Amino acid sequence: MAWDESQPMVSINDVHKSFGELKVLNGVSFDVMKREVICIIGPSGSGKSTLIRCVNALNTIDKGSITVQGQEVHDPKLDKLELRKKVGMVFQQYNLFPHKTALENVMMAPTHVLKQDKAEVEERAYKLIKKVRLDGKERSYPGELSGGQQQRVAIARSLAMNPDVMLFDEVTAALDPETVKEVLVTIQELAEDGMTCMLVTHEMGFARELADHIYFTDRGIIVEHGPPVTFFTDAKDPRTKEFLSQIL
Amino acid sequence: MEAFFEWFRALYEQSGWNFVFIYEQYERERFITAMWTTIKLSIYCLLFSLVVGVVGAWAQGAKSAIVRNVMAGYIQVFRNTPPLVQILFFYFVLGTGLDRAGLMPTYDAGGYLEPMLGAFGWAVISLSFFAGAFNVEIFRSGIEAVPESTVEAAEALGYSRLMAYIYVVLPLAFRVSLPALNNNLVNLIKTTTLAYVIAVPEMMYTANQIWSDNVNVPEMMIVLFIFYVGLVAILVYFMHKWEHAMRIPGYGT
Repeated sequence: MAWDESQPMVSINDVHKSFGELKVLNGVSFDVMKREVICIIGPSGSGKSTLIRCVNALNTIDKGSITVQGQEVHDPKLDKLELRKKVGMVFQQYNLFPHKTALENVMMAPTHVLKQDKAEVEERAYKLIKKVRLDGKERSYPGELSGGQQQRVAIARSLAMNPDVMLFDEVTAALDPETVKEVLVTIQELAEDGMTCMLVTHEMGFARELADHIYFTDRGIIVEHGPPVTFFTDAKDPRTKEFLSQIL
Repeated sequence: MEAFFEWFRALYEQSGWNFVFIYEQYERERFITAMWTTIKLSIYCLLFSLVVGVVGAWAQGAKSAIVRNVMAGYIQVFRNTPPLVQILFFYFVLGTGLDRAGLMPTYDAGGYLEPMLGAFGWAVISLSFFAGAFNVEIFRSGIEAVPESTVEAAEALGYSRLMAYIYVVLPLAFRVSLPALNNNLVNLIKTTTLAYVIAVPEMMYTANQIWSDNVNVPEMMIVLFIFYVGLVAILVYFMHKWEHAMRIPGYGT
């Protein structure tokens, strides 16, 4: 059970997943090391989001294995709380709790789930909100914040649980172009701090700049992968080439 | 105070407008008791119907198919029958039935035995179940209005399903439910007048008795109108205050 940093932080092995008749994942495997930033790109419906949601057990898998710090995620006896303390997730639609202020959103999980001391959590929450550059907005409700600001609160909310891995599921897809950047900067700072990140994204420029490794999925398999330099300039697979030619 | 009462006696003698429940002590006491009975009846029914609503909405989502079917049956029966029929059924079928079967506990009411649950009790039960059936549906629609993705976000933060319910779903569902709940509770207060048919000495029943004794139907009708307008206004005032206090800046409208 002992896991150390020389082993993968997240290990995905031959994962299969169907929704009814529809096969979404068709044998996906790769490893993510600590402090690594990986981006998963690909056309819609290629299983990117499903894959990332399997990592924190929001979706189940039919076959294969996913481990986080050596622990199997798809074990029926899995302690979901233990897993979700390690793996933070940010969603496309932010999904903040609309009846709570920004500060309370950040404080809720550590106080309710981890039963940490409220004063201590509050102090940390202020720091996290400052970290995502929203100081002064602590008392605002989600409905009073712009999309980009809400998404940064969502990132701070996830960080409050002190995760070891962060999952980002198309976190800029619902944002206005001018607010995309502020969210990307926040993620970049996280990556520079050494956070292990898995991103599903359509931001190619961002992926090229930030990712250590890029995976291209299509119809439930990884058809091409590599570090950004080779991935963007030297793609071999025809589907990857077609996709890149359409968006670059 | 005495002068105020006497003014109405003089009014009757001069104009024929007979507000007898103001200037005659016996009628006045009966009238005040009736007001309190209606207010008590309303408060009990409000509270119990809310309990029925919350428990019922929870039971509707239960894993057990039996529990869900019982809930569905309860809602169908109580929504699809007139509350007047329900109140009569509760009192004369269940109440009398339990009495005859010797299942209703009694107490000594000064030399003779009275059933523990009298007309007032049966009115509270039947009206609470009547309004409760609607409250279940109101709360259910509120719960359904909370996006699954918001619950998912809570789960991704380590919340169990139950905790996500308590901290996220219910507070949001409750806010969504408030306007519809408001309507239903107003209706409930108005429906308490049906307790008249099983001789609960509330406003409607007592007004009827007063006008039977004094032949002042129009006066009593006017008083009934004013009383219920006032009572409902008080409820609506507090519900609106509550709605306002629960409002989330930037959420919804």
